[in-house]
Amino acid sequence: MTLAGISFAYLRARPLAAALNVLLLALGVATVAVLLLASRQIESRMLSDAKGIDLVVGAKGSPMQLVLSAVFHIDVPAGNIPLPEARHLSAHRAVKKAIPMALGDSYKGHRIVGTNHDYPGHYGARLAAGGLWEKPMQAVLGAEAARATGLGVGASFTGAHGMGGEGEAHDDAPYEVVGVLAPTGTVIDRLVLTDVKSVWAVHGTEGEKDEDQEITALLIRYATPLAAATMPRQVNANPHLQAASPAYESARLFRMIGVGIEVLHAFGVVLMLAAGLSVFIALTNALEERRYDLAVMRMLGAGRGKLFGLLVLEGLMLSLLGAALGLALGHAATGLIGGLLAAQNQAPLTGLLWLSEEWWIVGGALAVGLIAALLPGLRASRKDVAGVLAEG
Amino acid sequence: MLRLSGIRHLYGARVALALERFEAGAGEHWLVHGASGSGKTTFLNLVAGLLTPSEGKIEVGGEPLAKLKGSALDRWRGRNVGIVPQKLHLVRSLSVLQNLLLASYMAGLPSNHARAAELLEKLSLKEKAAAKPHELSHGQAQRVAVARAVMNRPKLLLADEPTSNLDDANSVQALDLLQNQAQECGATLIVATHDQRARARFEKRLELIT
Repeated sequence: MTLAGISFAYLRARPLAAALNVLLLALGVATVAVLLLASRQIESRMLSDAKGIDLVVGAKGSPMQLVLSAVFHIDVPAGNIPLPEARHLSAHRAVKKAIPMALGDSYKGHRIVGTNHDYPGHYGARLAAGGLWEKPMQAVLGAEAARATGLGVGASFTGAHGMGGEGEAHDDAPYEVVGVLAPTGTVIDRLVLTDVKSVWAVHGTEGEKDEDQEITALLIRYATPLAAATMPRQVNANPHLQAASPAYESARLFRMIGVGIEVLHAFGVVLMLAAGLSVFIALTNALEERRYDLAVMRMLGAGRGKLFGLLVLEGLMLSLLGAALGLALGHAATGLIGGLLAAQNQAPLTGLLWLSEEWWIVGGALAVGLIAALLPGLRASRKDVAGVLAEG
Repeated sequence: MLRLSGIRHLYGARVALALERFEAGAGEHWLVHGASGSGKTTFLNLVAGLLTPSEGKIEVGGEPLAKLKGSALDRWRGRNVGIVPQKLHLVRSLSVLQNLLLASYMAGLPSNHARAAELLEKLSLKEKAAAKPHELSHGQAQRVAVARAVMNRPKLLLADEPTSNLDDANSVQALDLLQNQAQECGATLIVATHDQRARARFEKRLELIT
C-alpha cells in the first residue's frame, strides 16, 4: 500500500469527475502543444527554406508577396521581370550568386519552377533516381511531388497554367521526368524543377530574343555583407524591380501571425487555469465528502503531512494524466493538420516530434495541479479528527 | 497500563468530562457507561490522544501522553491504540483487505499481508477481501472495523457504542468479537456504551456522570 495507491483508488471511485478534470486539463495542454509544435515547425521550415538567400528580386509590388511566392511557394507572384535586368543584376559585383526562377504553371498542385542547377544545389538536394535536366522540357521532381503524383523517371506529364493546377493544360508541351530528388526537408521537396527555357517554351516565347524574355524572380546571395545596406535600395530604384529580404519579411510575417498565435496560446493557458480551478473545486468538494475517511486515517496514525500529501498527490495525478492525454491529443492533432496541409501541397507538419519546450508544458500542468491541491491539502491536514468522528 | 487523574475537559465553558481518577490494567476489559452526553466519547478520544484534556494527566504504560506531540502522538496512536468508531467509518473507496492494510500503512508500519489474511480468516471475511464496504452487511462491516482496529496488535482497544442499533443476538456477537480480539492481542479493552445489555458482560465498569 502506498499513498499514490490510495490517491488513485479515490480517483477511480469518482471516475466521471476525475475524467472531466483530466479532459479539461488535456484540452488546454493540447491547445498549447499544437501551437508550439506547429509554430516551431513552420518557423524552422521557413528558416531552412530561406537559408542562404539574402535578397529576392521580382516584379514591383508587395515585398512579402514576393518572398512568399518565390521562396516559400505559397503565394502567387505579382508579375515578371525583364531578363536583361535580371542578367545585369546577376553580374553585379556585390552578388555572389543569383538563381533565376520562372513560375507560372503547375502539375497537380505542384509548382513547376524554371531555374538552373544552382537551385537544387542551393538546398543541398541529392538525386534519388535519374539525373538533372540537360535540356528544355526535361523535369526533375522533388521527393514529395514524386510521391504525391506517382511519377518516376521516364514518365511524362503536362503542366497546367496557374499555381494550383486548376488552369488550362499545356497538352502540346509535355515534360519528361529525368530525375527524382531525395527528401531535403525544404520547399524543394514539393516542386517540379526544370530549365527556365522549358517555361518559355510552354508559353510560346522560346524563340524570342533575350531582350524580350522574362523571368519571375531572382534569388540572390551577396558577395559581401555590406551589400545588404545598398543593394535593396538600388534595386527598388528601378521602376520594374522590387527587392525583398526573406529574413526581414519572415520576421514581419511572424510578428503579424504571432499576435494570433499569442491569442490562441493565451486561450490554451486559460483552459489550463480553468482546469486547475476545476481540480481545486473537485478536491475541495471531495474533502467534504471524505471528511470521515480523512479523520479515520488520522485516527489510524496518519500524520498531518500524510493527509496533505494524499490530496496533493491526487492533484498531481489528475494533472499528470491531463498533461499526458493533452500531449497525445496535441501531437495527434498536429499530425492531422499536417496531413491536411500535405493534401493541399503545403509544407507538412508532423506530430512525431518531441520538442524540449514540451517539458515546460508538463511542468506547467503539474504546477497547476499542485497549486490547485495545496489549499484542500492544508485543510485536510487541519481537520479536527475527534470532532468529525463524533459527528458521524 | 492506563491511568487518568484529575481530568476535566471543557468544550467552551461546558464541562464535557470530569473524572478524578481512573486506572485500567493490561488485558483488563472495562465498560464505560453513562447517559447520552455524559462524556463517554470524550473519554475515549482523550485516551486515544485525539483530544488533549483541558486539565489533568493521562499516562499509558507509565509515560505521560502529554509528552507526545504532533506526528509522534499520531504514530503512537496508530501503533498502540485500536479504535472502533460508532459509525465504523470504513474507507469506501478501498476494499476490505485495503482497509485492513491501511491501519499498518497509516501507522508507518510495513504492510502486513499475513496479519490481514489471518484476521480475514478468523473473522470469516476471507471471501469479502476484495469487496468494497458498501457491499457488506452491517455485521460484516463491524467485523472489518474490529479487524482494522486490532491489525497492529494494539495495547489499547477502544470501542464507541459498538452495540447501538443491534438486536440482542448481534449485540452479543459484537461484544464477543471485541472481547475475543482484545484477549488475543492482550489488549486493554474499553467499551463505551449506554446500552444496558452490555453491563452484565463486564466486571469492571466506570460510570460517567456529568
